[in-house]
Amino acid sequence: MGLLSDPNRRKALTNLLTRLNAPICMVCYLAAIVWFMGLAFEPFTLRTYMSENAMGSTMVEERFSSGERALSLAKEFDAHKTKAGGMPVEWLVKAMQARGLEVFTQSFSRKLPFPDENKERYMVRGTNVYGILRAPRAPRTEALVITAPCSPGNSNNQAVGLLLALAQYFRNQIFWAKDIIFLVNEHDLIGMQAWLEGYHHTNITGMEYSPLQGRAGSIQAALSLELSSDVITSLDLILEGLNGQLPNLDLANLFYAFCQKLGVLCTIQGKLQRNDWDTAEGYTHAAQTMMLMVLKQACGRSWGDHGLFLRYHIEAASIRGINGFRHYKMDVATIGRLLEGMVRKLNNLLERLHQSYFFYLLPSLSRFVSIGYYMPAFGLLAVILLLRVSFPGLMLHVCFSVSLQPSGPGVLTVLTPVVISHLTGVALYLLPVHLQEMAVEHFPVSETEAVVLTAVAIYTAGLALPHNTQRLLSGEGTEQGWKVLKLTALLYLAVLLGCTALINFSLGFVLAVTLVPITASMTPHMPKALSALAMVLLSPAFTILYCVFIYQELIEAPVSVSEGWMLFLSVISQGILDHALYGSLVYPLLALFVYPCWLMFWNILFWS
Amino acid sequence: CSHHPGKARDQFQEELVIRPLHSGDIYASFQFRTLWDTDFLQERQKVSHYRLFPKSLGQVLSKFSVRELHISFTQGFWRTMQWGQPFIPSPPGAELWVWFHDTVSDVDGNWKELTNVLSGIFCASLNFIDLTNTVQPSASFKPLGLGNATDHRFLRYATLPREIVCTENLTPWKKLLPCGSKAGLSVLLKSEKLFHSSFHSQAVHIRPVCQDEQCTSKAWELRQTLNVVFDLYTSGQGKKEWSLFKMFSRTLTEACPLATSSKVYVDITDNPELFELSPATPLLSQAVVLGDRRTYSVFDLTRAETFGQLRSLNLLLRWKGDSGMLRPLLHAERYVAGFGLQTGEIHTVIYNNHPYRAFPVLLMDSVPWYLQLYIHTLTVTSKSRDNKPSYIHYQPAKDRHRPHLLEMLIQLPPHSMTEVTVQFERALLKWTEYTPDPNHGFYVGSSVVSALVPSMVAMNTNFTQDQPLFSSFVPVKEESSYFVRVYTEPLLVNLPTPDFSMPYNVICLTCTVVAVGYGSFYNLLTRTFQVDEPSLPLAKRLANLIRRIRGVPLLA
Repeated sequence: MGLLSDPNRRKALTNLLTRLNAPICMVCYLAAIVWFMGLAFEPFTLRTYMSENAMGSTMVEERFSSGERALSLAKEFDAHKTKAGGMPVEWLVKAMQARGLEVFTQSFSRKLPFPDENKERYMVRGTNVYGILRAPRAPRTEALVITAPCSPGNSNNQAVGLLLALAQYFRNQIFWAKDIIFLVNEHDLIGMQAWLEGYHHTNITGMEYSPLQGRAGSIQAALSLELSSDVITSLDLILEGLNGQLPNLDLANLFYAFCQKLGVLCTIQGKLQRNDWDTAEGYTHAAQTMMLMVLKQACGRSWGDHGLFLRYHIEAASIRGINGFRHYKMDVATIGRLLEGMVRKLNNLLERLHQSYFFYLLPSLSRFVSIGYYMPAFGLLAVILLLRVSFPGLMLHVCFSVSLQPSGPGVLTVLTPVVISHLTGVALYLLPVHLQEMAVEHFPVSETEAVVLTAVAIYTAGLALPHNTQRLLSGEGTEQGWKVLKLTALLYLAVLLGCTALINFSLGFVLAVTLVPITASMTPHMPKALSALAMVLLSPAFTILYCVFIYQELIEAPVSVSEGWMLFLSVISQGILDHALYGSLVYPLLALFVYPCWLMFWNILFWS
Repeated sequence: CSHHPGKARDQFQEELVIRPLHSGDIYASFQFRTLWDTDFLQERQKVSHYRLFPKSLGQVLSKFSVRELHISFTQGFWRTMQWGQPFIPSPPGAELWVWFHDTVSDVDGNWKELTNVLSGIFCASLNFIDLTNTVQPSASFKPLGLGNATDHRFLRYATLPREIVCTENLTPWKKLLPCGSKAGLSVLLKSEKLFHSSFHSQAVHIRPVCQDEQCTSKAWELRQTLNVVFDLYTSGQGKKEWSLFKMFSRTLTEACPLATSSKVYVDITDNPELFELSPATPLLSQAVVLGDRRTYSVFDLTRAETFGQLRSLNLLLRWKGDSGMLRPLLHAERYVAGFGLQTGEIHTVIYNNHPYRAFPVLLMDSVPWYLQLYIHTLTVTSKSRDNKPSYIHYQPAKDRHRPHLLEMLIQLPPHSMTEVTVQFERALLKWTEYTPDPNHGFYVGSSVVSALVPSMVAMNTNFTQDQPLFSSFVPVKEESSYFVRVYTEPLLVNLPTPDFSMPYNVICLTCTVVAVGYGSFYNLLTRTFQVDEPSLPLAKRLANLIRRIRGVPLLA
């Protein structure tokens, strides 16, 4: 450490960093991008393997054979669903009771903050039905959950049919060590949230629900089923949960192992696995799969019913049946066997799934990128911010000015823009939902449009607001003033992105890629119009817009600009709804922290 | 010689009760009673001649001055909502409670040794009972036998909710029987069938009782009970048809020759609407059990005609109807609320399903020290109103020394649900204190709800010898109510658990951070830097000296 304590060497180092600051930053940025794209390259990734001993070596024989029964139950369920115009509660209760389960129901109701136009719901009222298979000679301390949503229309009947057929088959077996809960939830995630909150007796989202009568101890793992057709060609595994949480990688490994064993075609992000990693197409394919995962994780919403379990430390995944690859038809009994195998292995667990990774990216089902491999990509971006803190003169200048005049205008000039930026953020967070009634009164829009357009309006108004704020107090902005502000803003952004990336790497990385280049180079002396345009184009809102387009491109459903704009608006409304309904944190993070931080840099640009 | 109970001072009875349950499952309860009018606790006279009473237990009683001993091993949870009340309840895992004689000076020492000895006798992990999971309940566990000891200093109670009961526990238990598993009812106790069931519980209860109705002298009673519930789907193949052979893969051919009575009771109260029984028996018996008058068919194994021409008895029960869920008068359940690894809340829910009678219950909770209870958050609510317990006995835990003990007397309003909640914080254990499977979680034993439940029919308060065993375990003191004990499910709680594969990484990282980062920063922060002025040549220094005297500016 002579490097730091020896003044000469320290000076040399500082000189180097000061002189080569910009080139080093550029190299870091490029290296980060290259590193990230390299993660999808197969030789750089690790092969997945089962870490959990209890699931690895134990032999499990699958015997489920009532596929036909599952389909006929699905038809029956469909008929009763149509008749009841929703969840056929009585029929389900009877059906589960007839299979020897302890059956309970839970009713819930939820008024959404504003109508959800994607799913066309506002006042939601529903009933969950669940049956508990009590394991013989088990003391009700551990449980597994299998869920199937009761969806409107024709979808998901097969999942409920298979659930009931599995319940019947499982009930006759003696080997269960954990209770198994078979849950049919209404109104997909809202019902799931009500059930989970009821089970754990919490209320974090203001849901109204009737208390649960039957419980089965601490839930160890959960599987959610989504099957909408009699003919299934492949199964898709969905892992991304609320706030970008992922289940333990062993759950994905388990699914993959059984797909291999039973010869079932399996996909992740709807993409099949390819073996030609050394070709350009092979690489692009893996990169696309990984990018899809990054985008899905970054948006922080629950991509299936499983996603809400993760908050309660319950490892969960959704399995969705796809009918898209013609030549690989498989019958429902095979899916039943796959689930039987998975549940039996989970039943063998002695401890919660904890052996394998919780932080990972999957370029394919058989390859994974662990946190140790992807974090450097983010680290390289974060280093840029720290390097810019030691930008020529900035650090020293600020330190001196603050130490010389501790209560001088230096502190005040920083405080005002910081406070005003954050107040704008608070407005962006609070006003859209609260002002919807007023907006609907005065403008010819629906509530949902009102909320989204208010958000966009406040976002845009924020751009006009704060760049003159410092003049309110200290007249002209001083050279020293913007440097202090920039130092604060850089440190703020570094901490913010660092924390975000630790919790949700994808979100942190996506934000860093767009925010870092422009914020790192921002000074008031740049050409105003050009840099203003660049800043706006790299602002958080535009990041979301780009993500929408890239996502559509990746799922091979490209959209035109106007469609993209509509999608963008719906993404915003979904983000606000996700926050209100399930406690997703992406909207408050963006509104209360990222946007104000960006506004601080915007302020620097217009410092004069 | 066993047919002359007057001469021999000990006698043995065996009994099997079969109760078809509403859910379609079937409940079989064995009771074996050995009665011996001797006194193990007499100082002068050492008991050394054993006949029917197992010597291993007799020696334990006299060595440790045990007044009463109750031990149960249970695999599974009794489903009160489907099955109603069991004859003798027990919590999942192992439960042991012992009243010592009041001459014992070192109760804790005796208790420790006793648990270790019992551990050997029953091949169980009772040696894991120590002071950290032992409590002294003040009101919930009164002696069931003679004598009215009330000083709970001589009582010790412990549960091991994690204890797994298997054939290795059954074998030593069977060896305590006078006939072993050779003859009598115990031939039915084949482990491959007993452990192919939904519920299995075996227990040993030893207590002093009256020798006769006048209670002139004391006798020691050893009751060995075994309860098992066979499942309709996994054992019965979904058909509501049961026979002794289907349940136990054996039929009965004889009574234990050492037994004075050997009977099989079949609960036929719901006959003939619900099921039919064959062979039919003319012998009927009525008994008031758990507040309900039940009718039983009695098969006396000491009589030859019971076995018929085939020389074997294979009872056959066939259901005809179907029936729904039960509503037991008293029912309790428990769960952990909340999420995350810092805090949580224990909810105990007690149901009084009596339509118009309120009655008090004693709730006892023993919580390990690593769940740090916030006792100020204790709330008891019935019908969404605050329900103040009339008696609270709380003994706070001491870290690593003793558990929390909470006992409360709560009045349950009629037809109500009473919820007891208390918040807790999860302790961070020392790294050696974690079990080998820390991510499985840590167990909290069942809480115990003891109550005198209002009875629908008058209870029989007379104690007679010819009463069936299953109806005479807990002495009934008044006609209008009967004693019930309900155990809730144990809890499995996850504590904050370090990643045990990480120590190496952590050590490396910590060492690096301390050595490189902290060391140099500390160095930088504490060292005072001074500008080191180059020393002037001697000539200049001399010149400066002169210039200072003269008062002119110095040379640099």
